[in-house]
Amino acid sequence: MIANIPYIAAAALIIIGLYTIIFRKNLIKMLIGITIIESGVNLFLITLGYRKGGIAPIFTGAPAESTMMFPVPQALTLTSIVIGVAVLALMLSFIVHMYRHTKSLDVRKFGGDDQ
Amino acid sequence: MISIDELFNTFNTGNGFWNPVLWLIAFVIIFLIIYIIRGFGNNSYKKGTGQTQVFLSGNPESDFESMHVKSSNLYWGWTESMKWIIDALKSIHTGNVSDYVLWFVIVMGVLFLFVGLI
Amino acid sequence: MNFIDLIMSHAPALLVVIPLLGAFLTPLISKINDKIRNIFVISILGITAVFVLLVAQQVLDTGTITYVFGSSLQTQNNTVIRILFEIDALSIFMALVSIILAFVASIYSWGFLENETGQDKYYTLLLLMTAGMLGMVLTGDLFNFFVFIEITSIASAALIAFWTNRVKAVEAGFKYIFISTIGALFILFALALLYGQYDALNIAQLADRITFTYLDKIALIIFISALAMKGGIVPMHMWVPDAYGRAPASASLVLVAATQASLYGVFRVLFTLYGNVIHLPNISFGWILVILGLITMLVGVIMAMIQTDFKRLIAYGAVAELGYIFLGVGTGLTIIANPDIGISSAPFAVEAMKGSIFHIINDALDVGLLFMIAGAVYYATKETSLNSLGGLARNMKYTTIFFIIGLLAISGIPPMNGFASKLLIYESTYQLNPIISIIAILSSIMLLAVFVKIFQSVFLGPKLKKFDDVKEVPKSMLIAMGIVASIIIFFGLFPDLIVSNLVEPAVNALIHPENYLQGLTGGL
Repeated sequence: MIANIPYIAAAALIIIGLYTIIFRKNLIKMLIGITIIESGVNLFLITLGYRKGGIAPIFTGAPAESTMMFPVPQALTLTSIVIGVAVLALMLSFIVHMYRHTKSLDVRKFGGDDQ
Repeated sequence: MISIDELFNTFNTGNGFWNPVLWLIAFVIIFLIIYIIRGFGNNSYKKGTGQTQVFLSGNPESDFESMHVKSSNLYWGWTESMKWIIDALKSIHTGNVSDYVLWFVIVMGVLFLFVGLI
Repeated sequence: MNFIDLIMSHAPALLVVIPLLGAFLTPLISKINDKIRNIFVISILGITAVFVLLVAQQVLDTGTITYVFGSSLQTQNNTVIRILFEIDALSIFMALVSIILAFVASIYSWGFLENETGQDKYYTLLLLMTAGMLGMVLTGDLFNFFVFIEITSIASAALIAFWTNRVKAVEAGFKYIFISTIGALFILFALALLYGQYDALNIAQLADRITFTYLDKIALIIFISALAMKGGIVPMHMWVPDAYGRAPASASLVLVAATQASLYGVFRVLFTLYGNVIHLPNISFGWILVILGLITMLVGVIMAMIQTDFKRLIAYGAVAELGYIFLGVGTGLTIIANPDIGISSAPFAVEAMKGSIFHIINDALDVGLLFMIAGAVYYATKETSLNSLGGLARNMKYTTIFFIIGLLAISGIPPMNGFASKLLIYESTYQLNPIISIIAILSSIMLLAVFVKIFQSVFLGPKLKKFDDVKEVPKSMLIAMGIVASIIIFFGLFPDLIVSNLVEPAVNALIHPENYLQGLTGGL
């Protein structure tokens, strides 16, 4: 059971993030929702990388008889974090522009071209 | 490379076929026939007579610019009769990003139901 | 000679490397001169196009190419640990679509953005987006696919919001990046589900090991819905009119290719990644695609009918066109995934897929041409609303002719290219269920009506006084439109040539996933 807690936490983070995006009306809060989803996915990846008894794959510092883990999920997570930062910066700059034009952060104020 | 014959191959569509080049030749021939028939016509058009006026009764013509049918006036009959479906679709297209994500979640949920996972 | 061999052996990598390198050189070169920068960008894309053609010839001659980055293929505990590109006929077909549109867009932008500021950033983003799209379609690795999706969506969101002084454009860019990020994060989640079970990220290796467990089904559904959202399938299409409608016309053109690349993702996942197990579920996934395709066509065309903004209308038309692609592939999948029928007794499945794959390139060209015309009208008149336009055929003769070509092509009137692919789709879906093909023909007729409406309200009618001094657009824009229009006519006149040389290998690559697997197992 205790080993499943990270998986439950990852699923919970994703659902909380989706809830924030769908039901919050403030653009900044919706952005926070996206980062929560991202943390959930990253947590999930990191959890997949853990194996019982394995140690961190640092070649020089490892004891001779230990089993090192295969560091692919960690590499994926790092890449995903870097991409996440870029996307976050871009979205924030969009929000800055939108706020400058309309003095509003309410998501309902943007759009509605079809009505 | 590609040979010339290959260019004019008939395009097989399973049960039918389609050869654009033949179609084009037939089109040109039909056009020529129409053109020849047109040549038999009687040229009785006279410029500057009452024949060329828009209204035979001599009513004044309105301004040309105001005679252009604007795009939102086109297909008004279709729009009017399909109002129920258009209004429903319009109310879905809110332009709100939260709703876009909500639709994504709904589609995912429907697919889960479809496959029988829930 | 040796040098040419060396270059050719690394051609798959160069497809992505050349535009990427060009992207980061562009700001430096634009310090010198605007003209030199434009020539540089066009030649970079031209060189990439040449490499795409070279690789295409190699793929069509010898079959799947596997290109491993760094060194030869290395495995540890039977797991591929290298990043690799795996190029089959479908990948190179999609790469061809992307590079044609990107190349044309670079020519078109020369005239279209002549007097705008920030052009160096625009061209950088254009090249970056091309690199991302090519990477998406060529990669053989799921995580790489995610990275390239993100590169494409970051670059395209910035391109959509190019006119930052307009709040609508920034808003459209924000919506696009928001939607794509969520889609990409869910794709990352799904690929983590697969990685956790099968200990591999390589598409071929995953396809070899997959057993269709409960988690695999979840991953498949997440993949389909996230990629369909990025592709603009109804009911997740609402970002499409915003993004296409507000972006500069030259960026909308490339966005069409980015959308098609996402659809490529759907097909790759369904046919290759899950290719060995797709016949297992009770209800075929093909029906999901068919139903989504039908809804997409109807909703897209009905919404297009009531639009009054030029580019927004075309965007809804583009959504409707995507429905045909889904419909044909769905029909094919329904038959292939059903072991009771099988391809041998239902050959129309293959015809339907040929129709859809052919329609991918037709749709990209037709919609691209129409977007370029919308941009040309905007460039000449600074108007986007259809209600305030009229009588432009008197001032813009060439644009009008190109519009007629685009109109006939998109609504499937012979002898344009749209007719050939739609004929394939109608005939084959009729054998699956007649109602499907009736709906498909109906929405095609409505598409014709929609574009005739544009033709009437923009190009016909009396000469308006405010457009007295409107002139034809610059030569570079006319050349770009002319290239696409002549490709459309060429495809329309010689459909058999294209289908048997380009489309058929792509369809075979889809329905025979074992060929894709062999590209890797040769090295294992």
